[in-house]
Amino acid sequence: MEMITCSIVVQNAALVAMAILLLAFFLGFWRMVKGPSLADRVLILDMIASLVIGMIVAITAFSGETVFLNVAVMIALVSFMGTVAFAKYLKKKFYDN
Amino acid sequence: MIIEWIVAILLVSGSLFMLIAAIGVVRFPDLYMRMHAATKAASFGILLMLLGVSIYLPIFNVIFEALMVLVFIFMTAPISSHMIGRVAHLLQVPLWEKTSIDELAGASERERTKKSKPSPDTKK
Repeated sequence: MEMITCSIVVQNAALVAMAILLLAFFLGFWRMVKGPSLADRVLILDMIASLVIGMIVAITAFSGETVFLNVAVMIALVSFMGTVAFAKYLKKKFYDN
Repeated sequence: MIIEWIVAILLVSGSLFMLIAAIGVVRFPDLYMRMHAATKAASFGILLMLLGVSIYLPIFNVIFEALMVLVFIFMTAPISSHMIGRVAHLLQVPLWEKTSIDELAGASERERTKKSKPSPDTKK
């Protein structure tokens, strides 16, 4: 039996944190659209994965459900794999031409 | 009661660090400076937010998974940003025009001239 705690202060703080993270997401998205090179976009994808992890942590604090942290672990793994794959692809592009 | 306020401050300050990372990504003039902003500040923001959740829900599950996320982030963020920086310098992504010193200048041509050997990716 799992205790689900709900406190008004933490829920409001989680909402504020989610709003701030959404603002940060849009700023990063703007740089990703505008970014001059492909390496910029890969970097912003890495940062957006971090932002999504923060958002999931805020959702966990908001709802008191601890299941959402599994999603955070998965995103931490998969985003690293994606970044390494992009870096390998760029390096291959360098060695091919 | 006091614990709830501590958790709230940790959550909001962690997300503020990530907002600072995003502002740095938008404002900095150079890929390498953007990497400096995006990697470190976002990692520290995640640390603060996970610390807040671990204080708020002190169950073994939560603390263990928060530690897992932290270990992954703090192990993989330097590796991935190092790989992106290396590849971007090889591909000659332009530096800021006021950069004072580039100690890897010419490394791209040196890598190109020894291209007759098979590339490290196709070797294995």
